[in-house]
Amino acid sequence: MHYIPHTKEDVEKMLASIGVKTEDEVFAGIPSSLRRKYPLNLDEPMSEWKIIDKLKDISSENTPCSEKTVFMGAGSYLHNIPSVVPYLVSRSEFTTAYTPYQPEVSQGTLQGIYEYQTFAANLLGMDIANASMYDGATALAEALLMSLRIKKKTSKVAVSKAINPYYLKVVEAYFEPTEFELLYVPFDENGKTDISKIENTDDIAAFAVQSPNFFGIIEENENISKACEDKGCLFVSCFSEPFAFGLYKPAGLYGADIVCGEGQSMGIPQSFGGPGLGMFCAKEKYMRQMPGRLCGQTQDKDGKRGFVLTISTREQHIRREKATSNICSNQGLCALTSAVFMSCLGKTGLKQIAEINFNNASWLKKKLVELGFEERFKGSSIFNEFVLKAPKGFEKVWKKLSEKKIVCGLPLDKFYEGFENNYLFCVTEAFSKENMENLLENIKKEVSND
Amino acid sequence: MINDKLTGLVLDEPLLWEKGSKGRIGISIPESEVEKAKPDTSLLWEGPDFPELSEVDVVRHFTRLSTWNFGVDTGMYPLGSCTMKYNPKLNEKTASMEGFISSHPLLPENMCQGSLKLMHELQELLCEITGLDAFTLQPAAGAQGELCGMLVFNAFHKKNGKRRKKIIIPDTAHGTNPASCALCGFEPVGLNSGSDGILHPDSVREIMDEDTAGIMITNPNTLGLFEENIKEIAEIVHEKGGLVYCDGANMNAIMGAVSMREIGVDVIHLNLHKTFSTPHGGGGPGAGPVGVVKRLEEFLPVPRVEKNGDKFVLNSDFPLSIGKLHAFHGNYGVLIKAYTYILSMGKELFDVSTKAVLNANYIKENLKDVFHLPYDRPCMHECVFTDENFEEYKVSTLDIAKRLLDFGFHPPTIYFPLVVHGAIMIEPTESESKEEIDKFIEVMKQIAKEAKENPDILHNAPANAKVKRLDETLAARKPKLKG
Repeated sequence: MHYIPHTKEDVEKMLASIGVKTEDEVFAGIPSSLRRKYPLNLDEPMSEWKIIDKLKDISSENTPCSEKTVFMGAGSYLHNIPSVVPYLVSRSEFTTAYTPYQPEVSQGTLQGIYEYQTFAANLLGMDIANASMYDGATALAEALLMSLRIKKKTSKVAVSKAINPYYLKVVEAYFEPTEFELLYVPFDENGKTDISKIENTDDIAAFAVQSPNFFGIIEENENISKACEDKGCLFVSCFSEPFAFGLYKPAGLYGADIVCGEGQSMGIPQSFGGPGLGMFCAKEKYMRQMPGRLCGQTQDKDGKRGFVLTISTREQHIRREKATSNICSNQGLCALTSAVFMSCLGKTGLKQIAEINFNNASWLKKKLVELGFEERFKGSSIFNEFVLKAPKGFEKVWKKLSEKKIVCGLPLDKFYEGFENNYLFCVTEAFSKENMENLLENIKKEVSND
Repeated sequence: MINDKLTGLVLDEPLLWEKGSKGRIGISIPESEVEKAKPDTSLLWEGPDFPELSEVDVVRHFTRLSTWNFGVDTGMYPLGSCTMKYNPKLNEKTASMEGFISSHPLLPENMCQGSLKLMHELQELLCEITGLDAFTLQPAAGAQGELCGMLVFNAFHKKNGKRRKKIIIPDTAHGTNPASCALCGFEPVGLNSGSDGILHPDSVREIMDEDTAGIMITNPNTLGLFEENIKEIAEIVHEKGGLVYCDGANMNAIMGAVSMREIGVDVIHLNLHKTFSTPHGGGGPGAGPVGVVKRLEEFLPVPRVEKNGDKFVLNSDFPLSIGKLHAFHGNYGVLIKAYTYILSMGKELFDVSTKAVLNANYIKENLKDVFHLPYDRPCMHECVFTDENFEEYKVSTLDIAKRLLDFGFHPPTIYFPLVVHGAIMIEPTESESKEEIDKFIEVMKQIAKEAKENPDILHNAPANAKVKRLDETLAARKPKLKG
């Protein structure tokens, strides 16, 4: 096999050096009674060429979103990714390195992560960012656990029902074995979190709200921040679509204590939901309570600038069971990917592309309303996602369209009661006017056939 | 004399914010084809402080940064426990096929049959390799796999009517284990290994009780030794109603040699970015699938991929499931790479383990006269030395590690496992040829000689890297985490 370099002669010489006769004797450390008595029931090694054919076949059973017929976001977004991004990030010096434990030969990774942390903090309007979490959902779960470490005397957190339901499922799994309690805060008829509902809660460590929320709506960050201040709890803001902050003011600038979410939109392909990028920012005063790796600037013996992993006394390998988190490998290369992407965007690119997202979504929403769809939440600001109530009997049309490999929004009935025939749509800068017109045409055709 | 003057051209490169010029842009803006919409201006801002760079600026910047890194493609990377084996390029090719990278995680099943099929097949392959009955691919890294395993422990005991409080963790387990079990509300109970570096049934019998949820064993352990008594230990734990978790980060040593189920393991996590050759990316993304025996399958995260006739479906109908650990299906892109690797190797995965163990034993035998070997017994895929022989010259493990850099080798894992003072943990993996390993051995011997004759060379190492030794105390005392 061409990944293993040993020749027969090599093996013989090495065995002699160890003082054993057969290759199987290298397993002398395993008692024979514990040896597996039968070989691996796997196929013969497959050639590179056969594997390519096989994987091409398998991958062609998927409908790629790049065909521009999937009008669905809900935490995974189709954005244009410039060719330079995957090109640069696939340099093997980046891909084949481990976590930078030896900083002198990892300055590429470390400076890249330091720059990522700077991008993340600036984008979200926060003091500091960590080197990444697994995804938006786990970032939120860890943010809530962090809040409970900061507010030691409390044992509850309040979370908005308008947070991505998949994120909430993850939070529930992380909370299940703990003694902490999750309080759900409902949303109102405008699709925004009903802030008044936290007035009567006490002893909460944090109030978590997503903006843009699961319905694509911008939350009232100013009022949420005020409510948190009144309650004396932390304001945790999460997100699944960071492109929105090319247009809308991020929660950090409204005084959020922790801002976290999914950074997949920043140059990372959808890839069936992962790998993505858990972004995690906090106020500087909470630095020592943060989970995950932190990269910091320092200098070498000669006074030259350099970067290292730092404040590691928080971490699992040193503090063991008292660590702020168990996270070890994170999403390093995805963080670097997003740094390359944000370098390409710059301030101007981010803003212009964010505007196209907003324009496209506003246009498509208007056109769908003209086709008989109704706005579920009127008068709320959106970015690139929105909820519409479809005309009666649309379920059948949705199904027919999906058979034609067109996804006409995400059906919301499985997430909330009273959302039958409600759909969450998404459209980004990656869609042309023609792509959107095709969707409208197809809907018309199916509705008239129905 | 071995050459330690290996430096090529190293260019300096400022931070992004110190470059660029107002008005530059590095991305092509799509045509604006619909009318402008009017946002609520009270919600807007002027935008973040991002540098303004051209595409060429960006390319030069990150290319230069990359040249300051050392990767497996640069040279031997014997970082113990991290399994820095060669990362096949074919894996990158398959994982970037359009049908995979452009796939939305919530697609209707008829539009993602390929993704589901690959997951289903990978689960079955991992079952065969470990001997366990069912796998979830959702955990995003090894440590999250551990958390998943602990949640399964918790759910199991809850179903049996009584939550248990403690978990036994040996001193030769991986560093993440105590944190993972604490995250799950368990109290870790320490267990010392014997003077031979492995665990003994009597010491487990002493502390295993009915308030202990189970044991978390790393096997082979972090000393590179196989836990010979694992089956007996598992029986003791099972008798008291507990479960056995195996940290399978070292599975690369025993593929085809040991069935985890037969030695009494109930739950295992695998690190696809170690054993199954996916690149580590300078700190992830990894993937930490978790395998369980049949009686624990109902607790695995949802949704689970199932085969229904000739169609693949997602099933979330498992009321006792621990729920979800990732918004979607985990680090799917990493799964494709591991699947590709398993197809490439097939039944020769056994040979992978054989050669990994052969390489480690060869290093152990050839360095044990020069470096102190605390446990002199047959090792598995890695061996652990110490700096004891150089104490009188005031040369430490750290100095030895830094000096290796000057010779073009990445250092081994240092100061871990904690049970060995000044540990130097070497894992060559099967990817290294005899010539490369001979060179490494020669360099290690040369460094040992230097340590005695001219220790300052070691104290001042590395001499040839982009930067000299960095002041980590300064970084922690005056943290500067953003530019």
